[in-house]
This record gives sequence, C-alpha cells and structure tokens, in this order.
Amino acid sequence: MMTSHPLIRMLDRGSTLFLILLGAFAIAVPVLNLLVPAGSSLHVTTYYVALFGKYICYGLLALSIDLIWGYVGILSLGHGAFFALGGYAMGMYLMRQIGTRGVYANPILPDFMVFLNWKELPIFWYGFNHFAYAMLMVLLVPGLLAFVFGWFAFRSRVTGVYLSIITQAMTYALLLGFFRNNFGFGGNNGLTDFKDILGFNVQAEGTRNALLVMSCLMLAICFLVCRAIVTSKLGKVLIGIRDAESRTRFLGYRVESYKLFVFTVSACMAGIAGALYVPQVGIINPGEFAPANSIEAVIWVAVGGRGTLTGAVLGALVVNYAKTFFTSGFLAPYWLFMLGALFIGTTLLMPRGIIGTYNNWRSGQRDKSEAAASAAAEDGEIVDPPQPAPQPSAAE
Amino acid sequence: MALTVVFGMLAGAVNAAHAGPYEDALAGFTTDDFSDTANAVDAVVASGSPLAGTVIQALHDGNLLFSATAKKVYIKKDSGEVLDAETGKPIAGTPPDDTDNVRLNNRLRNIVDSAIGALTLMAPDADKRYDAAQSVFKSRPESARPALEKAIAAEKVARVKTAMQQARAALILSASDTSAADKVAAIAVISERGDQDSLGLLDSMSQGQPPEVAQAVTAAKAKINRTLAIWNTVQNLWYGLSLGSVLLLAAIGLAITFGVMGVINMAHGEMVMIGAYVTFVVQEVIRQRYPGLFDYSLTIALPLAFVVAALVGIVIERTVIRFLYGRPLETLLATWGISLVLQQAVRSIFGPTNKEVGNPSWMSGAFDLGGITITYNRMWIIVFTGIVFVALLAMLRFTRLGLEMRAVTQNRRMAAAVGIRTARIDALTFGLGSGIAGIAGVALSQIDNVSPNLGQGYIIDSFMVVVFGGVGNLWGTLVGALTLGIANKFLEPFAGAVLGKIAILVFIILFIQKRPRGMFALKGRAIEA
Amino acid sequence: MATVPADPRTTSSLLYLDGISVSFDGFKALNELSFIMEPGEMRAIIGPNGAGKTTMMDVITGKTRPDSGDVFFQEGKFDLSKLDETEIATLGIGRKFQKPTVFDMHTVEDNLQLALKNDRSVWATLFWESSAEQEERVDKVLETVRLKDLRKRVAGSLSHGQKQWLEIAMLLAQDPKLLLVDEPVAGMTDVETMQTADLLREINKTKTVVVVEHDMAFVRELGVKVTCLHEGSVLAEGTIDQVSTNDRVVEVYLGR
Repeated sequence: MMTSHPLIRMLDRGSTLFLILLGAFAIAVPVLNLLVPAGSSLHVTTYYVALFGKYICYGLLALSIDLIWGYVGILSLGHGAFFALGGYAMGMYLMRQIGTRGVYANPILPDFMVFLNWKELPIFWYGFNHFAYAMLMVLLVPGLLAFVFGWFAFRSRVTGVYLSIITQAMTYALLLGFFRNNFGFGGNNGLTDFKDILGFNVQAEGTRNALLVMSCLMLAICFLVCRAIVTSKLGKVLIGIRDAESRTRFLGYRVESYKLFVFTVSACMAGIAGALYVPQVGIINPGEFAPANSIEAVIWVAVGGRGTLTGAVLGALVVNYAKTFFTSGFLAPYWLFMLGALFIGTTLLMPRGIIGTYNNWRSGQRDKSEAAASAAAEDGEIVDPPQPAPQPSAAE
Repeated sequence: MALTVVFGMLAGAVNAAHAGPYEDALAGFTTDDFSDTANAVDAVVASGSPLAGTVIQALHDGNLLFSATAKKVYIKKDSGEVLDAETGKPIAGTPPDDTDNVRLNNRLRNIVDSAIGALTLMAPDADKRYDAAQSVFKSRPESARPALEKAIAAEKVARVKTAMQQARAALILSASDTSAADKVAAIAVISERGDQDSLGLLDSMSQGQPPEVAQAVTAAKAKINRTLAIWNTVQNLWYGLSLGSVLLLAAIGLAITFGVMGVINMAHGEMVMIGAYVTFVVQEVIRQRYPGLFDYSLTIALPLAFVVAALVGIVIERTVIRFLYGRPLETLLATWGISLVLQQAVRSIFGPTNKEVGNPSWMSGAFDLGGITITYNRMWIIVFTGIVFVALLAMLRFTRLGLEMRAVTQNRRMAAAVGIRTARIDALTFGLGSGIAGIAGVALSQIDNVSPNLGQGYIIDSFMVVVFGGVGNLWGTLVGALTLGIANKFLEPFAGAVLGKIAILVFIILFIQKRPRGMFALKGRAIEA
Repeated sequence: MATVPADPRTTSSLLYLDGISVSFDGFKALNELSFIMEPGEMRAIIGPNGAGKTTMMDVITGKTRPDSGDVFFQEGKFDLSKLDETEIATLGIGRKFQKPTVFDMHTVEDNLQLALKNDRSVWATLFWESSAEQEERVDKVLETVRLKDLRKRVAGSLSHGQKQWLEIAMLLAQDPKLLLVDEPVAGMTDVETMQTADLLREINKTKTVVVVEHDMAFVRELGVKVTCLHEGSVLAEGTIDQVSTNDRVVEVYLGR
C-alpha cells in the first residue's frame, strides 16, 4: 500500500531477513578469519575472505541490473562497462598510491607510462591521488556515461532488443578502446601491482576483511536505495513503464526521464561494485569490458529472480559459487556447458528465478487467488511475465 | 645441351679470331679491384656478346673465377666443370693455382643486378622482359641504356614496349648530360606511368633544373598525385567491398531470422563457426583419403556446411526458441546460453587451438589490376557473397517457401488463417538463416582463423549491420554491410583499425537514436503494435 | 511548451483539425481530414477498418506527426503537432486505447493513484506520499465507474469489461478537458454496453468526449452527433439517423 509509512514499505519480511543475513555475514567472516585460530575447522582463510568479497561485489552488480531490468524492463548488456569504469577509477587511485615503489620508481608516473616513454601524467589522471576525488569519479564516470547514453537512447525511444544490442556495442567499443596503449589506462595489462589503499596494505588480512565489510555495507545501502525507489510511487510508475509504456506516456509521465533516472542510478551502483572489486582481486584490465561479462551478470539476476532485488544478489552468489566450484576442479571443461544450460534452463523452465518461484509457491500455499496476486504486485514482482500470444511478433 | 655447346663453340670460335670489346672487358675482372669490376660489368653488358649473360649470372652467383697471373677469367659450373669465359668452352686441365672468386660488395651487387636486368631485356619470354624493364626503371643503371635502346627497337609487345620506354625515360632523367627538351619529353612519359615509383623518381631529381623542366616536374607530380589518389580510393573501395561482403555473409542469415521471426539469435556466430569446422573436417578427410580432390574441398564443404548448420538451427528452434516467442529478451539470453554450449562442444571435440584450413589453388595468389593488388580469396568471397545474396532474393521471391515466409513476416495471424503452417515456416526459416551462416563459415574459413571463438568475432558486427540496414529487408542488409565495410576501410588510414571500429560503433549507436529501426525500416502502424 | 497566437478561424473550438494528411509508405491513412470539437460536446466517430480513426487519435495525442495540416487545442492556443504525448497529456487530453491497457501488476487503486493529476516529475513521484484528499478523489472516480468494491484487486485479474471501465476511470482521474475513447464497448456484454453509454453521458456533463465505436446500437444509445470517416477523410456528419441513411455511408460501411 502506498499509504503505509515509507520505512515499513521498504522493510518487508524478505528485505529485513536479507539485511540481517548480510549483517551476520559481514560480522561472521572477519571473526572467523581473524579471531579463530588457523588450525580450527571454523577458521576462514584469507583466500576465502577475498573470494567472498568478490561475490558481494558481483551481488551489487546484479542488484543494479535488477533495478533496471526487473523493474523497468530495460535489459542492459552493458553494465559490465559501468562496473569496469568504476573499477578503473579505483585502479587509478591505487596506481597513484604506488608512488616510488614501482619498478621504475617514478614518483608520479605509473610504471606502464614510464615503459611507454611518456613524460608527464595525462590530464585525466590528475587528482586520482586523492581518495575522495577518485571515489567521486567512481560514481561520476559511469553515471555520466549512463546519463549521456541513456539521454540519447531513451529520448529517441530505442527499446527492447535494440537497446540491449546498442548497450552491448557500447561496452564492446570501450573494450576495444581500453585495449589500446595510447588510451592511457595501461592497455592490455590494465592496472595492477597495487600496494596501499588509504595507507593500508591491500594484501594484509585486516585490509581484506575491512574491504569485505565495506562491500557488505555498500550492498546494504544500495539495497535500501533500491527498495526506497521500487516501493515509492516512482517504483509504481517504473512498473507501469515496464508493463505498458505507452499507457504511462499517455497518462502524462515523461517516460524517458524516469528511465534515465533509474539507468543512471543503476550505473552508479555498478560503478561502486567495480570500485570495491578491484582492490580485492588486485587487478583491473580491459577484459572486464567483454560483452560476455555483462551477459553473464544478467543471468545471475535471472537465476535469482528478477524484479525481487534479493533474488539478484542470491543469484550472483549461487552462480559464482558454482563457477568457483566447477572451474577449480576436474569439471573445469564442463563449466561453459553448465553456464550455457543455466541460461537456457532458467529462461525456459524457471523464468521467475529462485526467489520468484519460491514467492509464488509460498503465496500459492497461503491463499490461491487474491492475497497472492496483491502481495506479489506489492513487490513489483512479475506474477506472470507480460507475455502476449505465444507467437513471434514480427520485427519487434 | 648439345645445342648450347655448339653455340658456345661457335661463339668461342668467332671471338677467338680477334680480341673485341668483350674480351677487353673481361680483363677488368682480373685486377681484384671493386671499381675495375664495376667497369667490367658495364663493359660486358655494353659489348653485346652472347656470353655476357652467362658471365654476369656467374658473377651474381659467385661462380666467376679469375687468375691474376694468367689474366684469365673462368666460369665454374655447378657440375664442377670450369669454362673459359672468353670462349665458353671447358678448359683443358686445371686452372692456375692463384684462381679465386671475383669478389662483390653491396654496391657491386646492385650493379650486377641491374646488369642482369639489362641483359634480360632481350629474353624470349615477354613477362621476363617486362620485369627486366621494371627493374631498369627502379635501379636506373646508366650502362643499361644501349641494351635498352636495342630492346625497344626489337620489342613487339605493346605493354613491354611501354615499360621499356618508361625505363628509358627514367634513364634519361637520371643521366647528367641530357638536354632540357629531352628531359621534358621524358617527364611526360613518366607522368603517364603515374605510380609511387614515378613520384619517387621525380622527387629525386636534383634542384637547379632549367625552368621548363622544373615546371614539367611540378605538373607531372600533380598529375601523378591525382592518379595515385584515385587508385588509393579504388583500393579502399575494394577493401571495403571485401570487408562489406564478409559482413554481409555473416549478417544475412541473421537478417532472415531477426527480420522474419523477430528472433534475436546470439548463437548465430556459432553457426558460422560450425560451417568453418565442417570445412576443416572435409579438408581433413580429403587430405587423408583423396588428396587429389583438394581443389574441390570447398565445393564439397558448402552443401555439407549448409545442411549441418541448418539442422543444428532447426533443433535449436524446435527445442528452445519456439517456447520463447514473444519474449525477445529471454530469447536473447537463451540463445546466448546455446552459443556457450556450442563453443564448448567444439572446443571439447576439436581442441581450443586454431585449425589449419587450406586455400585451394584457385583461391591462392593475387593479381594486379591497374594500381591495386587483388587477392583471389577476397575476390571469390565477394563473388560468392553476391551469388548467395541473389539466390536468397530469388528464393524469397519465386519459391513457395519464400512466399510463405514473406506472408508470415507481414501478417502472422493472417498467414495462419489462410492455412500456412506458421510453426513449420518458423522452423524452416530458422534453418535457412542458420544454413546460410554455415556457408558463410565455409567462406570465412578461407580468411580467418578457425577456432571455437570464430563466431564471437562476428556477432556484434552482424547485429550492427542488421540494425543499421533495417529489419526485415535484405536490401537494407546489403546496403548496411557495404556501407559499414567501406566506411571502416576509409576511416582506417586516418584513425587506425581500432579507433575506426570504435568510430563506426559510436556512429551506429547515434544512428539508432535517429532512426531506431534502421535505414530501410518499414513504417506505419502495423509494426508498432 | 509551444503556444501559437490565437487564430481567428478557431476561436471557439476546443479541438481543431484542418487538412490533416498522414501517409505510411505510400498508404494515405489520413487524407485532408478536417474535424472540429466544441467545448462540452460529445461526438461519435464511425467508419470501416482502415478509415483512419485510430490514426486520427494518434495525431491528436502526438503519437503520429501529421505530414501536413493544423492540429490546434483550446481555441488555437496550442499547436498539438509540435508537442509530444506527454506534453499533450499534461495539457488535458486523455486517451483510452482500443485494447484495454491498464497496469496489470498494480491494484485498481494504484492504477488510479498513478493517473491522478499530480506533479509528474521524477523527484515528486520519488518522495510522494498519498493523502486523505487523494484517497477521496480515488473513491469518487471509482464510484463513477462502479468499481469501488474492487479497489484492492490486482488489475490483471479484472474482467475485460471491468478493465475497460478502469481505463476510463484512469482518464477521469487525470481530469482532462478532452477524452478520446477508442472502442470502449468492444467485447462487452449488452448490459455492460448500455452501462458504458450511461457512464459516458455522465462524464460528458463535465468533459468533452470523442468516442470511436463500431457498435451502432451503442452509438444510437449515446444519441450524439456522428462523424463517419472513410479513406482518411470525413464522409458524412450529422445525427445517427442522417448518417445511417446517407447513401455513400451505406455503400462503404453499412452495406445494403
């Protein structure tokens, strides 16, 4: 109900549970890593702390995709680009922190620039030695790209698969660009060999745990922002746009402004995810722009259940855990089969994803018709995928 | 062999009678002095002796020997036999003890090369004479002048004669004692030639020429630059056409599935890959069992690739895509999944590395056309693309299946109402689109690496072509592919390959904003429903 | 927002279309169409398929740009051919689609809340909270379209006729000056059709209404001036009796 208090609207049962679990995770992992002795069976190794931190970043990326795909129906195949841009902004800060400890010991220029015989720092690298400025760029660069891109795309009403394809072209163009040495971002090798973040050694156990906690905190904040958006009247308008765009337009809503707002917010979140990801994995290179990465992130959302927010995060964790499990053993050659099957199986057999299917089953248990539908609608979850006649619509 | 010996003997007999310029020239080789050797080479060429060719060739191959004490020059043959350079006859006994090779340095090697060029000007083979004329044009040995004049007088083939006249003009220009009028005339001949070498020659002309010559040079340079600019454009057009035809080949199947069915098939690139691997398998079988058939390998692979890819396509349509009609975004994701599975399947079967697919003899090599070089494989791919395109248009226009496909494109419900089995048409359309991707794979196997990632390289470009050209219109796809191909090649010289590609992508992104449905989009209410 | 100086030709009319032509790939959907609505009027538009009825709606609401001709609103104050859908909707033109289009995922009351005349900017909706006065307006509209009992139902679960009414209710909540209603009784039972006619007459007391409809019984029930379109221009105009006896109308539309 739109009449209830905003906070109550935001924190329904599922969301509260999600935040509690996230909080417990953020406390338990550092405790088990730092306080439980290494020999104990409960001890979590530092390797896993970094791995979990990475998963949380993926979860945040998935959350950002769910906000626009699940609630506005925009399938972006370019969110990997926003993630990578955020990552590069953080990477540039970390590069500047290396200072004279680099191979060439140049106090200003990062190693790759010395290697390329550059004499001075390019202008766009200025300021990245300040943490606050870098963090501003983490938000601003992906946000600005999304704003400009979205401003053009939404104003001229590029929708559906066309939008998906041009977002893919966008990340592909960036991939090609960042591979070039003269772009000024380390070309092929990207940015790596980081030493400090805010004066702390990025490799140190304490820093790793702090980064994990920070990732969880940012995920929680972004989750609350998303909840605030989707449970407000704005959220209802978004769902209106998703399900009946022209109806919304004829009601007098400026659809492109709404899309642009959410797309930009979503891109900023993806940027934050990328910025937290880079110090935890220790490298950012142009490979992050690969179109395949963006599509893979979309499938996390689909697996978890789009239009549920919690599902997106869950999907990211489940799929990435499976990936780690598969690719680190003798099953490695079969991972792509698994991933491919996941794409096909989810879209064919479980279009609502884990959370969506569970919600549906639970509400089916509780009450057949009315309560179920309204509860689902309350969450903005897709009760029945808006699906016209099961026939291909020509040229659409 | 016997004939040669007889000639040699005759020549020897004639020359032995009285010492002529040839014999005098040979003496220059015996002093072991580079500049004497250089003079000797020039003199031998100028002598016009029938043995001159043999001697200079031997010098080039390091087989010319001399004895300072005997003042004799010998030619060592590969068989170990030693000939007297004066007579061309085998010598009796062994050469003197101090016999040594005539030594060459780099400057001399150039002189020898151009001397050989001058001598080849009289070769019986027209192509050899042509090459010789070109080589004279490039190296401009003063000594070649008499031989060249002789050759021009004797020459019957127009093409070769022109080349020789150009070579003569080049010699005239580089000579120090030419009159201004001769120079102007020579410049006119050079400017007719109009290539990079002519420009280089004119550039190399020293300052301080008489005013009329300088003027002629400037005018000729301008003319050559214009010619070069035209050829450069032609070359870019050709490369663009070539790239465009590759894009068209990859995109045309996509245009069918996307245009007719509204299905986004992200696994389209993998159909191309399957076609390329079919070609690989066919060639492997041929190599092992029927090596004689290698030149027919592509002809055999074409129908097979079509059938295999079409079958895979039909299976995909029947098992996955048909459950997702009306949900284009889900189709996109599911077909992406299929593409991953197909890539991994090929990787598991054939391994992750590039596979060697050979060019049949008729697809190897190149020829010159005016100022550009055309490789046979590119040319055949353009021809092949044209054939596929025309065949497809004809199929859509004149066959029952084509008619039904068009009916379904325009109005699915109406088509169903008049008794067209739309589900069957969907499957066949998807099969057709995939099959064409398969034969595209056969063609691309000739110019690209055959690896499991082959398809990934084409999918984004193919989508760009279809989106740019407009959905549901094969002509749009044609124009889209060629425009993008040519634009890409014209941008490359300015922006470099990668930036050119980025510029094209950005252009398309902006273009879609202006015309969301492409260049040749259908308009009207029907498509907005 | 583009305003044009009041044109003397259009002084009193609310909606003024003159010489409108629209073509799609050579097909003339509208051909020199002229059409005028006075404030407070209700008009029924009939015509065979392809006569240009929906295209005319598209032109008025800004979905389609006319190739030539004038479209003015409110005594020539606004040139609609220069505005987009959103701006036109904000001016006070509400449109019901041929196929009922409501937000299936939202409840009936949320559908109306979204339609209520409010600040439509992104920030305003993000921080928007409902108020008693808003609820009252929702109640009032629901009463008008007789859907009060279904307030909490999800729109997707409504019957076809109920969706049609909900869509009309959404138009009312927008508080427009002009309502364009495309085939409001398609797929309705006879009883529902008559109720809809009552509803539209009720609405017409305060608003100007254009109804496009095929159902002649319904048009007769409305009892208002009728315009018959054919091949993109006006074939006949007048009362239902005049129009339905017009020879050319009988020929192209009603059949002999």
